[in-house]
Amino acid sequence: MVTVMKKGKLHVVNVTVNGREHAALVKANATLLDLLREELDYTGTKKGCELGDCGACTVLMDGKSVNSCLVLAVEADGRSITTIEGLEKDGKLDRLQEEFINHTAVQCGYCTPGMILSGKALLARNPHPTERDVREAIGGNICRCTGYVRIVKAILAAAEANG
Amino acid sequence: MIIPEFEYLSPQTLPEACALLAQYGDSAKVLAGGSDLLVKMKDGLMQPAYLVSLKNLDTLKAIRYQERTGVIIGALATHNEVMTNSILQEKYRSVCEAAHSMAADQIRNIGTAGGNLVNAVPSADLPPILIALDAKVRIVGPNGEKTVALEEFFLGPGKTILGNGEILTEIIIPDQPTTGSNYIKFGLRRAGALAVAGVASSVTVSQGTCQDARIVLGAVAPTPLRARQAENVLRGNKISQELIDEAGKVAAEESKPITDIRGSIEYRRNLVNVLTRRSLKAAIEKGHV
Repeated sequence: MVTVMKKGKLHVVNVTVNGREHAALVKANATLLDLLREELDYTGTKKGCELGDCGACTVLMDGKSVNSCLVLAVEADGRSITTIEGLEKDGKLDRLQEEFINHTAVQCGYCTPGMILSGKALLARNPHPTERDVREAIGGNICRCTGYVRIVKAILAAAEANG
Repeated sequence: MIIPEFEYLSPQTLPEACALLAQYGDSAKVLAGGSDLLVKMKDGLMQPAYLVSLKNLDTLKAIRYQERTGVIIGALATHNEVMTNSILQEKYRSVCEAAHSMAADQIRNIGTAGGNLVNAVPSADLPPILIALDAKVRIVGPNGEKTVALEEFFLGPGKTILGNGEILTEIIIPDQPTTGSNYIKFGLRRAGALAVAGVASSVTVSQGTCQDARIVLGAVAPTPLRARQAENVLRGNKISQELIDEAGKVAAEESKPITDIRGSIEYRRNLVNVLTRRSLKAAIEKGHV
């Protein structure tokens, strides 16, 4: 059976965001970024270049980092998404978030959610990264304030907390 | 930035997908990862009326080894899956390295190996190393399937031999006596940059003599280019620095670069010389494929 989404019509997409299930109505040409920001109000995910170059829209899809501007909402049907809003647990910030604050790794803040999620994806696959690993992991995230040094330090500090 | 509207079709099987593509012809595009297609649609370079999504075709996601055939990479394997796959890591680490050289983590989790071939972008990173390893591609269409050498697959920028209703389903790297291979690219930054030039090589060296060599140039011609004369410089000869230098020089002469925003003809030609020497040296010294 071929699933068909007609032009201009709204269709139901089921996604789990930060552990919560959502059913949202989207057009076929909506991106996951549109779905998160416009339909579900997860505005922590930022809209930057919209071409997959800047990383501001980075979210985790089934645990892996993706540019949500380059994933169609319908292609995310049935997937589990983590946005920056999902990192805080019971009112307590994630270690990465705390280290970003401790290291003043936030300037204008626009790249921060994407940077932190790229850091999160890195620490999940490699709990003890080198500085080089960290720099590579955030290679797809551009900081327009060029504040990379503190961002790298913050991620390394969060990794150190892994023992 | 809005993606122009289209009708989204998501088949459950490969024959269904081929039938849809055959039915809608040029007005339909295959959606695999979408990291290239959706950017082109946002930029207004493409406006397909139909997108045929391959997301349900799970059988095209696997990477496996089959006796007498070789390593089979499903077209929907992502770049990160290629990069970290244990079979490829063991047998053809240079393919993993080529996948690693692409874009950044977020794109490597979306973009697919098949997409990197089918888009036929001259600067694509997988075609040179795969051609250097004599890879073949399996193509399935309304009239059955065929296996074609990847070297014969590309016709020009954005153009391949894929016909109406045909889908590239698998990449096959056959078993081979190759002793070393390598892909080296030069981009303007380490992440998220297209190759200004890229060179892949594979060599079979026995007792210091080059039995066979393949050199494939990327981003310096409308399609990936075999540097056959440079290969001839090596074949049958004792490996030496002078021989490698000569191969680099000949490869540069064989390349057909253009001047664009990433580099001039002269710069690219010089890069081919340098990268060919480095790639060959790495392939010869590496001790694995």
